Amino acid sequence: MPYISNTDADRRAMLDRIGVESFEELIAAIPAKLRMDKPLALPDPLSELEITRKINASTGKNICAQGANSFLGAGVYDHFIPAAVDSIVSRPEFFTAYTPYQAEVSQGTLQFIYEYQTMICELTGMEIANASMYDGASAIAEAILMAVRKNKLHKAILPATLHPEYAKVIKVYTEGIGVELLTCPARDGRLDLDALKNMLDESVGSVVVQNPNFYGNLEPVNELGQIIHANPKTLFIAAVDPISLAILTPPASYGADIAVGEGQALGNSMYLGGPLFGFFATKLDMARSMPGRIVGGTLDAEGKRAYALTLQAREQHIRRAKATSNICSNESLCTLAATVYLSLMGREGLVEAATQSAQKAHYLAQELARIKGCSLSWPDTPFFKEFTLQTAIPAAEIVDRLSSRAIFPGVDLGRFGQPDRLLIAVTEKKSKADLDELVDALKELNNE
Amino acid sequence: MSKTIFEHSSAGRKGATLPRREIDIPLQSIIPADQLREKQARLPEVSELDVMRHYIALSHKNHFIEKGLYPLGSCTMKYNPKVHEALVRDSGFNNLHPYQPEATIQGSLEILYELQEQLAEISGMSKVTLQPVAGAQGEFTGIKIIAAYHKAKGNHHKTKIIIPDSAHGTNPATCSLVGYEVVELKSNAQGRCDLEHLKSIVDDNTAGFMLTNPNTLGLFETQLEQIAEIIHGVDGLIYMDGANLNALLGIVQPGKIGFDVMHFNLHKTFATPHGGGGPGAGPVGVVEKLVPFLPVPMVAKAGDEYYFDYGHAETSIGKVHTFYGNFAVLLRAYIYIKMLGAEGIRQVAENALINANYLMALVKDHYHIQHLEYCMHEFVADSSWQKKEFGVNTLDIAKRLLDKGFHAPTIYFPLIVPEAMMIEPTETESKQSLDSFAAAMLEIAQEIRENPEMLHEAPLTTPVRRVDDVRAVKVLDPAFNLGD
Repeated sequence: MPYISNTDADRRAMLDRIGVESFEELIAAIPAKLRMDKPLALPDPLSELEITRKINASTGKNICAQGANSFLGAGVYDHFIPAAVDSIVSRPEFFTAYTPYQAEVSQGTLQFIYEYQTMICELTGMEIANASMYDGASAIAEAILMAVRKNKLHKAILPATLHPEYAKVIKVYTEGIGVELLTCPARDGRLDLDALKNMLDESVGSVVVQNPNFYGNLEPVNELGQIIHANPKTLFIAAVDPISLAILTPPASYGADIAVGEGQALGNSMYLGGPLFGFFATKLDMARSMPGRIVGGTLDAEGKRAYALTLQAREQHIRRAKATSNICSNESLCTLAATVYLSLMGREGLVEAATQSAQKAHYLAQELARIKGCSLSWPDTPFFKEFTLQTAIPAAEIVDRLSSRAIFPGVDLGRFGQPDRLLIAVTEKKSKADLDELVDALKELNNE
Repeated sequence: MSKTIFEHSSAGRKGATLPRREIDIPLQSIIPADQLREKQARLPEVSELDVMRHYIALSHKNHFIEKGLYPLGSCTMKYNPKVHEALVRDSGFNNLHPYQPEATIQGSLEILYELQEQLAEISGMSKVTLQPVAGAQGEFTGIKIIAAYHKAKGNHHKTKIIIPDSAHGTNPATCSLVGYEVVELKSNAQGRCDLEHLKSIVDDNTAGFMLTNPNTLGLFETQLEQIAEIIHGVDGLIYMDGANLNALLGIVQPGKIGFDVMHFNLHKTFATPHGGGGPGAGPVGVVEKLVPFLPVPMVAKAGDEYYFDYGHAETSIGKVHTFYGNFAVLLRAYIYIKMLGAEGIRQVAENALINANYLMALVKDHYHIQHLEYCMHEFVADSSWQKKEFGVNTLDIAKRLLDKGFHAPTIYFPLIVPEAMMIEPTETESKQSLDSFAAAMLEIAQEIRENPEMLHEAPLTTPVRRVDDVRAVKVLDPAFNLGD
């Protein structure tokens, strides 16, 4: 059903008013050669009832996290989402509106974005945040591009401990304008500080640090801040987990110039990895170099508080080829979910979610490390809610054997060339029984 | 004025609960002391009811499709079917993790595979990637593919892309990001590409040409065959910005008429919600010779099994998204196409065109229209008569429309029409709703003659009066002041 209201009689009346006999006259300008000479080859249309049955049959072929004991993370996390989040996000007032081009009838959207920007600033310690990027990966890429605009230095250092998928996206985004990407090696699951010192010189425009890093480990961010800023022009880009910021020091306090990251964990379902959203925050002095939309507080004609899109002269619809980014549509509705989520969780709730995630992850790590054939990849390196396990049995085999029992034990790092490692994520949603189930299952596999 | 959520805070108030701690390891023993946050982040301290009231109150300040006509040109603000929302929220989809074993996501992979095939058929392209998450990211993907094609052929001299002056700003911005020089092509008196100008700027260095079709004046680019001959003649590739694809559904397949690569805006053409500015989805389709350059992974099928195919990683441009694109948006578009079928898809375009032409017929005697011929899915009127005679401009008219319960058209775009109002009613609006919108436009034309001053004051009845966006730049206030 194409959701068309007009009847044949309506169309006849409309064509009469236009002054044509038939629809064909309206498209007379399209050369006949260019038109299709047969109908599209698509299956017959389905009614609402039929598509519902079909979709239900499809979900029947999936096993979802709700029906499984999942320890998958690596950028997309199954944190608790209060029901009230979707109650707000599913209101058509928000989800069928578009970009707030007409501020007077978009104050709802503009104000929540302003609140979202405030929350991101508060979590990261920064002064200005944009309304979102596509995902954590593109947010890092845009940060590198902003650094190039700022200091004209076309060299960036990525950590070997960065999410490998992020590194791929960053390469695609930055190669066009000729950014040279170097990789700083790791030691003990974290950046090798000596190696970084050797790589850094005044030609380096930015250094990216992911904290916690891809392997879940906490980077020595305070030392990194000092090392990076030994070069006054080099910008420090911190890619952070927003939930971790409830208990970890904000990036601004260790010297980060730009704080970015994947925001999905804030109130958004996983949806097979999309939509995600990237947050992007920095210092006020870089406001005019930022990518993406920004909402600012202002006044209306009667002097009342109001909100509007601001600093639009940076953007593609005005600056065209010289815009700071090509981004137009972003992931706005995901940031609404984040804003409502952060409001509901509140200052205590977010700390509790972060704390329980860390505590449960550490309990699980301890228990797993006791199993014969399992050990922590870096037993002395601190981590937050995710850790890397060294396995005697290939990780792929573990995943294979446990997923048939509806346990997803973690990400098989074999997909990134490390076949003897599992990346295991734990959120506050896991009960002790869930954790013990994984421990028992791995014991069994290792014949304990 | 409504308070921010922060101003509703009361110390100690909570809006969510978590299970009691079963495991209580002191944080100090697991997180290095110098990395523990000293001061709590000052997030709101509010109850669930506080949160609901606050955001419901905000929602009331928005215009949205179910409230009234939303005629933003080139944005295709059509109705978003509710069955999409009901089905997408199923836990069999929303809890899926991108790194689950493929055997456990066969249902989702099947949907992605079929959507790739359906979009390929609708566009006449060989293959479609679903990875780009927005129109502009689709453009980026498409232009990267063009760059990869030339690189593979050793066409290192190809440094520029030609873009008409009527194009969306994302087109030139995208080309800059990929590293191309942008050359602007003039439009002719008929609102189409100026072929003579095109011939004068095309040369061996031309890597490609980006064209929105129908263009942003709502006109079909009738000289497409000649354009294709000129561009392909120098081994350039032609990109179609699919923002206006709604007009072509079931009538023209871009992949069969000279376009080499294009993006779709699923949040426009395929009825997925715009979400206040996203998430959208911007799949990209290509002709056969560009298939090797598509992003990885594609979704493929072997026997009865679906899988992520990284087979062409060597030649691929790489990845533009962390995972596989905006699955939740793709799923809605899949449902939409399944429910429409071939006949329904074609009806979308026919009704979109009839609606646009009908609306144009109703307003054309009252507002100047630079290109007065049958339009496709949208048309561009302007306020040049009103501006000259009464000093009332397009911004004033747009604001007055808000008073009358409508969203304004896209204004001051395309740039080649001064005081432009780009109006796209979409196929889902009824004759009655078009009649009332036209009546409002005519009332405004009358008001301008009688009381032009009032128009400068508009809007008068919206949640806030005209918003000072100049002040928003001069006195930059991007975050609420939470105090020290």
